[in-house]
Amino acid sequence: MSLTGFQTALGGDALESANFLTLFGVFLAVCAVMYLLVIGGLLGGLWRSRRSEEQLTVEAGRHHESSPHFQPVLIGWGAVILVGLFGLTVASFFTDRSNASVARHPDLTVKVTANQWWWDVQYPTHDSSKMIRTANEIHLPVGVPAEITLQSNDVIHSLWIPNLAGKQDLIPGRVTDIQLLPRKTGTYRGQCAEFCGVQHAHMALDVTVESKEDFERWVAAQQRVAFAPTTPLQVAGYRYVTTRECSACHNIAGTPASGSVAPDLTHFASRRSIAAGTLPMSTGNLYGWVADPQSQKPGNHMPTIGLSPDELRAVVAYLEVLK
Amino acid sequence: VTPAEKAKAPPAKVPRDGPKLTGAKLASALDVTWGRPRGFLGWLASVDHKDIGRRYIVTALVFMGLAGLLAAAMRMQLSQPDNDLIGAARYNEIFTMHGTTMMFLFAVPVMQGMQIYLTPLMVGTRNMAFPRLTAFSYWMYLAGGCLLWVAFILNIGPDVGWFAYPPLSGPQYGIGKRPDIWAQMVTFTEIAALAVAVTLTATILKQRAPGMTLARMPLFVWATLVTSLMVIFSMPSVALASSFLLSDRLVGTHFYNPAESGDALLWQHLFWFFGHPEVYIIFLPATGFISEIVSTFCRRSVFAYPIVVMALVATGILAFGLWVHHMFATGLPRIGYSFYTAASMSVSIPTGLQIFCWIATMWQGRPRFEVPFLYVIAFLFTFVIGGLSGVIIAAVPLDLQLHDTYFIVAHFHYVLIGGAVFPLLGAITYWYPKFTGRMMSDALGKLAFWMVFLGFQLAFFPMHISGLLGMPRRVYTYPAGQGLELPNLLSSIGAMVVATAIFLFVVNMIVSLRSTRVAPPNPWAAPSLEWATSSPPPPYNFGHIPVADSRTPLWDCGETLPVVHGLRVNERELLLTSILAAGPESREPSAEPSWWPFVAAAATAVMFVSSIFSPWAVLFGAVPVTIALIAWFWPKSPFPPPEPVIS
Repeated sequence: MSLTGFQTALGGDALESANFLTLFGVFLAVCAVMYLLVIGGLLGGLWRSRRSEEQLTVEAGRHHESSPHFQPVLIGWGAVILVGLFGLTVASFFTDRSNASVARHPDLTVKVTANQWWWDVQYPTHDSSKMIRTANEIHLPVGVPAEITLQSNDVIHSLWIPNLAGKQDLIPGRVTDIQLLPRKTGTYRGQCAEFCGVQHAHMALDVTVESKEDFERWVAAQQRVAFAPTTPLQVAGYRYVTTRECSACHNIAGTPASGSVAPDLTHFASRRSIAAGTLPMSTGNLYGWVADPQSQKPGNHMPTIGLSPDELRAVVAYLEVLK
Repeated sequence: VTPAEKAKAPPAKVPRDGPKLTGAKLASALDVTWGRPRGFLGWLASVDHKDIGRRYIVTALVFMGLAGLLAAAMRMQLSQPDNDLIGAARYNEIFTMHGTTMMFLFAVPVMQGMQIYLTPLMVGTRNMAFPRLTAFSYWMYLAGGCLLWVAFILNIGPDVGWFAYPPLSGPQYGIGKRPDIWAQMVTFTEIAALAVAVTLTATILKQRAPGMTLARMPLFVWATLVTSLMVIFSMPSVALASSFLLSDRLVGTHFYNPAESGDALLWQHLFWFFGHPEVYIIFLPATGFISEIVSTFCRRSVFAYPIVVMALVATGILAFGLWVHHMFATGLPRIGYSFYTAASMSVSIPTGLQIFCWIATMWQGRPRFEVPFLYVIAFLFTFVIGGLSGVIIAAVPLDLQLHDTYFIVAHFHYVLIGGAVFPLLGAITYWYPKFTGRMMSDALGKLAFWMVFLGFQLAFFPMHISGLLGMPRRVYTYPAGQGLELPNLLSSIGAMVVATAIFLFVVNMIVSLRSTRVAPPNPWAAPSLEWATSSPPPPYNFGHIPVADSRTPLWDCGETLPVVHGLRVNERELLLTSILAAGPESREPSAEPSWWPFVAAAATAVMFVSSIFSPWAVLFGAVPVTIALIAWFWPKSPFPPPEPVIS
């Protein structure tokens, strides 16, 4: 349904995922050689033994004997395995060191907190009025080493943005972290990779890697409070959202809506998708989602309220203001 | 003559097998002593390892069929993106049931079933050590399986994955009784597996035929010994883990609750300390099948027997040092991971050597391409891919991408189906004549073989691709436009081919029961002792206890197998031998049939199941269990005096 960015471990769009591609190539080559050796030996054995006259079988009364040639071959085979594994282990170790080198100088810190089934994203700053809070999206400037600190509010989740890096679990009671060094601008998709309950499949996030200027523009936009409604329909929606059920859970900066258990909606309409990557952002999908979130993402924690058509139109009109 | 000396002297009038009591007369006497009582109650009371092994195998195959149906349902759901054939909640139950059933109710029990059936025959004894415990274990296993499946059908079955990570399975997020049923099912199966492991170990160490030194044991028996010791060392870990989970859920302890200084990761350490050896508990018996089949169909001993034995033992030990490779994404210290990378990779050394030995055996022998041997070839083609993809995911930088994706699903199905189910299908075809006295159909066997081999590749190879393209495991659906459509469709088609093939295999098993191809005692001209007795074997296995002078006794004994004489025929009696050299040591009485193991298992089952609902059930439920155990162990008659062995 939603194509809000591609998701592949073969992307190589950041330091770690590029390292992955190189190392994967090395492993694949070594494993292919080993496989061909085994299968070659197998087919050779089946072919030879059908033709050769001299067999060490029970019918020949020689079933306990062994040809003297096989002992050295066995030792050689053991040596090949040892050398191959040693080489791969060393390659793996140095790749791991290279990945870890990003961790030394992070220039940007992002805090991601996982919830069933969405991502709470914060960009901490010293000046708390400039702190950014968003959900289900991460923006990163290209070429800047970033550290993402990870926590979970409920069960174990795992952050996975395959184009950029491998996984890191988010475990309740612990703080973990992951370092990224994005090398190419682009829009990517990430997803929870640890089974976390009924809507594990719909716990994605959008990742935008952009130039430094674009990133700063985005930061400035996010630091603003929410836009005010202008048309009467938007105002009606504003009233509903800030005074009725919605505000109990959602926060919209600069309005009375200040709930904290559901995604922050201050700049909701600027995102690429709805409900943690469940639906692409569009007016039609917004109608569908707000009218009946339980049929779009069954089991998620947003109840189907049963809005009247007028209320629905107003709420969607207001939500679309929140760029 | 003092009373003590008198007690030592063998009673004169006891009938024993020997040159004077042999042939049909001996058979009818032993039949009376070792046969089981008639009727349904007699069936319940049986302590014959062949009855129990057969029950294990059949029950495990039924569970495999059920879990296979669930796999087919999952593949239907995933055959296209954004499919809504199966909803999220139901899908999560289905994959939980598939994994749980395959691991706990199929793979381990079917291997133990084969071991229970074959081990006493292969080592040349009349029955298992502790036969009533073996009977008890089967009823426990059956009760655990029924608990899980009845709960699933009532829609109160588990939905937290076969690994049940807390806090998702904990009191706060695990809804209703679903995770409790999972955890209690684990309790049942771990008791069953432990009981079997203990009896197998004792049987192998103390009941081998005279002359069968450790260095002459069939390789399948070696694999069984290593596996059983692994069960004994690994199962307590999951027993502890699931008991902690149950007490967190039922009586409010905080083992896994980080808010009260518990630790969610504790579960993962305990679970994988069991969970990783579990894979080898499934795989090593399969290597035992391979060694036996290769030897028989290549017409020679397996090349470098000591290397194969050392490989088995080394795998069994290394298996306990790798569990953290399931936890590379949890954020443990990075340098520590390197140890587990190296340890995980090193497992491929013994496995690689074993594979060499099998292939070297083929080079030097003359292979006969019967169905069991075809499965060996399929095993090598398939399992080696799984082993090599295992090397790939042992590397931390690679695993962090591939962990919890379909690449892993592909990897472990290559290892478990290629490495264990293919050998199992070969082994069932190979030993079917021994089990039933009939040969399986060749034509149907070959058809099923080609379908399962090719269908498997079609089903699981594309999963490597979908994993690399970013498809996580355990998702009930995936978005369109990510390149995942084609690999998933191919997997679904392949899965249907595999399902059809397994169905054909089972049909073959059933119709061949009435086959006209009656099996002689040794239809494949195989070398080991189980082929020295009739097909199927009599309740007492062997009229006279055989003597093993080599690793391949039936190939080396000439016209007649040497035997020892002197076991009682009017009472159940076994010959115990020394652990290393298998020299005759003493005679040992063997338990009579009894339905108390069944009653004890039923009482235990009631206690376990009710304890899901109230902790008091442990207290009150213990009363019937105690009564059943007292009746079970009630001394029947004065213990017969110990006697020296007549050699």
